[in-house]
Amino acid sequence: MKLTDLTELALRNLRESILRNSLTTVGISVGVASLVAMLSLGIGLQQLASRRLMKSGLFDTIVVTSRREPRNFGHDEDRNAPAPADSRLLDEPSRLELDRLPNVIEANPDIRFATELRYDDKPHLTTVAALPESSKSTDAFESIQGHFFTSDTAPEAILQKSFAAELLGRPHAPGADETNVAELAAPLLGKDLIMSYAQREAPQNGSAATAAVTHGNSSSAANMDPAASYSVVSRQQKLKIVGVVDLDPESMRGPTRGRVFVPLKLAESLHVMQPTDLRELSSSSGDQTLYSSVSVRVKDPAQIRATEDAIKKMGFNTFSILDATRSLQQFFAVLDLFLGIFGSLALAVASIGIVNTLVMAILERRREIGIMKAIGASDVDVKKLFFAEAGAMGILGGFVGVALGWAIGHVINLGTNIYLKRQSLPPEHFWSVPWWLVGAAILFSLVVSLVAGLYPAARAARLDPVQALRYE
Amino acid sequence: MPAAPAIATPAIRAENVCRHYRMGETLIRAVDGVSLEVRSGEFVALLGASGSGKSSVLNLLAGLDRPTAGSVVVQGRDLARLSREELAHYRLHTVGMVFQSFNLIPSMTVAENVELPLRFAEVNRAERDGMTGAALARVGLQSRVNHRPSELSGGEQQRVALARALINRPQLLLADEPTGNLDSRTGTEIMNMVREFNLQLGMTVVMVTHERALAERYAERLIHLADGKLVRNEGNVPAAADPLSTASEGSRA
Repeated sequence: MKLTDLTELALRNLRESILRNSLTTVGISVGVASLVAMLSLGIGLQQLASRRLMKSGLFDTIVVTSRREPRNFGHDEDRNAPAPADSRLLDEPSRLELDRLPNVIEANPDIRFATELRYDDKPHLTTVAALPESSKSTDAFESIQGHFFTSDTAPEAILQKSFAAELLGRPHAPGADETNVAELAAPLLGKDLIMSYAQREAPQNGSAATAAVTHGNSSSAANMDPAASYSVVSRQQKLKIVGVVDLDPESMRGPTRGRVFVPLKLAESLHVMQPTDLRELSSSSGDQTLYSSVSVRVKDPAQIRATEDAIKKMGFNTFSILDATRSLQQFFAVLDLFLGIFGSLALAVASIGIVNTLVMAILERRREIGIMKAIGASDVDVKKLFFAEAGAMGILGGFVGVALGWAIGHVINLGTNIYLKRQSLPPEHFWSVPWWLVGAAILFSLVVSLVAGLYPAARAARLDPVQALRYE
Repeated sequence: MPAAPAIATPAIRAENVCRHYRMGETLIRAVDGVSLEVRSGEFVALLGASGSGKSSVLNLLAGLDRPTAGSVVVQGRDLARLSREELAHYRLHTVGMVFQSFNLIPSMTVAENVELPLRFAEVNRAERDGMTGAALARVGLQSRVNHRPSELSGGEQQRVALARALINRPQLLLADEPTGNLDSRTGTEIMNMVREFNLQLGMTVVMVTHERALAERYAERLIHLADGKLVRNEGNVPAAADPLSTASEGSRA
């Protein structure tokens, strides 16, 4: 029989016992709905987690250091790498090279220094970190009071919440951070900070105010190379407070941690003295700026490993938190599996309903099967017809079930968000029904129904037409 | 009628056919060593009391059942050797059947019942509609195509069954007590139609009946069965006083 005829006859037969078949189909729908609800919860939570992690910037970032760097992250040391003394310097040309690697969004130097900031004429010693413009999209700045830097060179500062509290003279115990950020930000936004810092400057002849800093080893002081020296000048920079963020400094990307943030380009232009500057004196590059580390952002955490390998080949040390995402993925795979199994239980029960309904239908339609066989239906035709009926219930139940599951998920998400709102937390989207899940759920429902139809269909096909026709 | 060449080859040849089955401890010999031949285009009646095995013989000829011994050769094919699938194909294309209880599918309309064999034969929908219409026209039921069988009289239901039996243009029409549930007037109507198919379409007809009078009126040969055995096989001149009789007598003379 042709598929169109099969479908037509199957639907006609389903309509004939509409109540019984509807109830069976509802059973399948509930099964599919529970499966969809469970899996979309799992998927939604996974997406939420990876969205959060991606935004944290921890998982798409590779921290690159020079092999000369004694403080390197070290655990990934390549034994075949050239000896530290001969390895490449992490200078501006290297940074540009990293920036041009495939799959790399950007490579930014990590600039971080301890300095003194004056507010209201009171000095505060703290750590200042430079932020690239791309940090704007990380979740750390999602709930910023005020705004992000107006440009990458603007003389502006964003304060970390605890530092803002310190400036206002309201220090609080760590852990008890129930202070409202908005409350802290209100008196500070638009105010000025004066940052004092040590600027590195090329040696200037006749400059009396500069203190010459030379090679640390006194025995080689006699061989001083004028190109490899510089002056350190004390400077001040006025910074306007534009934002206050409520974030844990530890959650910031890589080593770019600080309590006060300034735009990256501004920080670079200030030529603030860096710890690496002292070591740099031993190198041949003289006045070239060296970076203690460069943060490389890749397009996708999946490309971290390949990119890391490429950077190692260039002769640098790398560090990433790749392994953390791996175990997270594993966790969610297991969670999805368990949710899927629980969700499938209802569908398994529903499939027994299909077997029951179809076996009943065989008893009821015994004579009809006999007639069909007498006028020329083959065993295969009869089998296909029962299969088609099971399949039709499966597809129908699948569609209704997906819709139902989607609705259940929506209601739960809505309810949770109302709860979150009451707790004055931002709403979350932890529910996701991707298209592949819709397709897979309907397909799964169809397959389960067909499997459930196997036995009834075989039984119907085996019916002896002579006996079936005698049956009243 | 072009009956002459068809007479040469038998449409049906059954040789020593047995259909035995067990019911508990007893062996039931429903058909017990029956041999018979039916010529192509012949109208044969199988007569006998209930339990004589006439319906069992018909089921064997229809390919609904298989003999436990012997052979049933229909148009050169031994039904005992066909696979289940081949038997279904045989029933679909070679045989048309009508029953005492009509055996229409109650959930389907008249047209759908008649059309059903065409679905199994995978005939295109466009073609199907034309064929269904023609078959219903032949039995005079064009006006009631969308009724359900339960809304029809017995005679009308049997006419639907006849249209269904004709739809795949089979060479063999097997009728199991076709007038058993009908009054004599509608019974005659149905029998005249069967006769018409026999004469005009050249269909070979085997009819099971327990009414000797009916058989003598329409059949060319009467085969008597008792206890699963063939007891008498006699020729008969159909005495039907139907409008077709003159034409048929003329052609057979």
